[in-house]
Amino acid sequence: MKEFTRCSSRMVPLLVDNVDTDQIIPARFLKVTDKLGLGEHLFADWRYGADGRPKADFILNDARAQGAEILLAGDNFGCGSSREHAPWALAGFGFRAVISTSFADIFANNALKNGLLPLRLGGEDYRRVVALAAADPAARVTIDVSSQTLELPGGVRCAFPLDAFAKTCLLEGVDELGYILRFRDRIEAFEQAAGRS
Amino acid sequence: MTADRNTAGAAPPRTLFAKVWDAHVVAQEAGAPALLYIDLHLVHEVTSPQAFAGLRARGMSVRRPERTVATVDHSIPTVPDGAAAADAMAAAQIARMEENAQREGIRLYGTQSPGRGIVHVIGPELGLTQPGMTVVCGDSHTSTHGAFGALAFGIGTSEVEHVLATQCLLQRRPGVFEVRLTGRRPAGVTAKDIVLALLARIGVGGGTSHVFEYAGEGVRSLGMEERMTICNMSIEGGARAGMMAPDDTTFEYIAGREFAPKGKAWENALGRWRTLPGDEGAKFDRSLTIDLGELTPMITFGTNPGMGLPIGDPVPSPDDLPDATQASALRKALAYMALEPGRPLLGRPVDVVFIGSCTNGRISDLRQAASVLRGRTVAPSVRVLVVPGSLAVRRQAEAEGLDRVFLAAGAEWRNAGCSMCIAMNGDQLSPGQYAVSTSNRNFEGRQGKGGRTFLASPLTAAASAVTGRITDARRLDAEGVRS
Repeated sequence: MKEFTRCSSRMVPLLVDNVDTDQIIPARFLKVTDKLGLGEHLFADWRYGADGRPKADFILNDARAQGAEILLAGDNFGCGSSREHAPWALAGFGFRAVISTSFADIFANNALKNGLLPLRLGGEDYRRVVALAAADPAARVTIDVSSQTLELPGGVRCAFPLDAFAKTCLLEGVDELGYILRFRDRIEAFEQAAGRS
Repeated sequence: MTADRNTAGAAPPRTLFAKVWDAHVVAQEAGAPALLYIDLHLVHEVTSPQAFAGLRARGMSVRRPERTVATVDHSIPTVPDGAAAADAMAAAQIARMEENAQREGIRLYGTQSPGRGIVHVIGPELGLTQPGMTVVCGDSHTSTHGAFGALAFGIGTSEVEHVLATQCLLQRRPGVFEVRLTGRRPAGVTAKDIVLALLARIGVGGGTSHVFEYAGEGVRSLGMEERMTICNMSIEGGARAGMMAPDDTTFEYIAGREFAPKGKAWENALGRWRTLPGDEGAKFDRSLTIDLGELTPMITFGTNPGMGLPIGDPVPSPDDLPDATQASALRKALAYMALEPGRPLLGRPVDVVFIGSCTNGRISDLRQAASVLRGRTVAPSVRVLVVPGSLAVRRQAEAEGLDRVFLAAGAEWRNAGCSMCIAMNGDQLSPGQYAVSTSNRNFEGRQGKGGRTFLASPLTAAASAVTGRITDARRLDAEGVRS
């Protein structure tokens, strides 16, 4: 996994609560056997019309979304299915972080394993960031994983929670499987003790 | 496994969840998630190919192939004559699953297997799912297996790779949310109505970072398939898992199944399983009580499973919601569904009725649907698909003559699979169509791009099939449609 220390970008606001993974990547795109190319199907049913053309009024088709790395989302983002295709599609589009007030558990787990940061803000900070994105679409914010802060123009800093393990994994690009494999002996001992060998 | 486990006098009372979790922690470093041992890993074609590829790229193989069981369910077609996959990509995905299973020595219920079916239907049916186990699958409805007192939850594809490689997963310990079911449910109220009522109360994020532990006499009175329906949709409330303490109903269901322990091993297992129910006085992080006596059949009106209401109630109005965000979400949902607030759903015409899925595709669900359809015919304007959750369910239904009931009524009797719940196998709604569906998700486009879903029980679905309109099964006779 690629290291994630800092990210400075415009924000792409998609302020809808309970966005489910069927919206992020509809099931008909799950027939792939690799992880590539899903970015073009990200939010396919909201993004493209029946004729397959981009819908002008959908934010991902707006100029401000091009090259942006931060999605500003609504509450309970990523609910529904366990498909890791959702973070693959978000990362495939170019996003490195999603800001919200909460995330569905499986989505957040999947995102972190792909270097996509689910950045959770408290209500007040979240409202401030939403207001900023509305007032100045070009405003750049900076995520600093090490200090667990989101810096807004003018120097205001919003703290966000991140558990120590997830933080280390992001900062050092740690591969979780590599970490688990260090416990090989413990796993074997557990299997023997529990009669599972 | 550890000495301190035996000092029972000093140990605080534990929940069912805590007992299963504690017994599976292989390691726990400070500041890191627990390393949890996985007893049973279920695998299907959609969320596993990248995991097997990752494993191969590392030069690794599956650590415990005998703890891994694979099937094909999501992208497999359900047309009765067993035609080829919906398209080349689906066919390739199914073929990849079969190759991966064969190469790794994993038991596979493949396209030609009589044991094939939806992964959450065949696990319990084969006796693979057992109390006290940890069960995972790259599928959020793995929560189904919690009905047996297992800790069962959905995982992503990276995690599928971790389990294939190590039989372990890194997991942060969730909170435990007690859902107490009290009272007796009125006639016509099914397990589906119970879980839709729970979701309507807590919303789709209400259980986030928790596991539901269902308790109370309301659970004891439910059969295993009803328990599975409720645990299945725990994920719809944001909970990773739903659990129910095992009891004699559980043991009776498991006894004699193919992979159930036999003889002395069965006696030993029973001894262990009887210690699993939560201890008196165990603490929960959150609690909620539902009086089953107050419930009526439920149906969803919106675009997430929390947007449900008693079947006779009017669709809520955004103008009545004080919170602007909620009002706008409701407005968006009603616009997608093309519904007017303030009017009931009852009587609204529908185009399709789908009876099946890992939520309601078991034999008891089909029996319920057949009890409504027996001697009746489906409305000519409606397409009705009855899709058994597994080939074993299909055979059982045919042995009972249910297939003839469905066919005589004018419904389609399909092959086993996820079918129109996931709409990636050829079974899907057309844009703008309305469906009453016994599945678990009514998200925009879930059952086909532009399709509109009302989630309900098999009774409601079958009654709506007869009239061609959303119908309360308890009032079907009053509508005078028995032929």
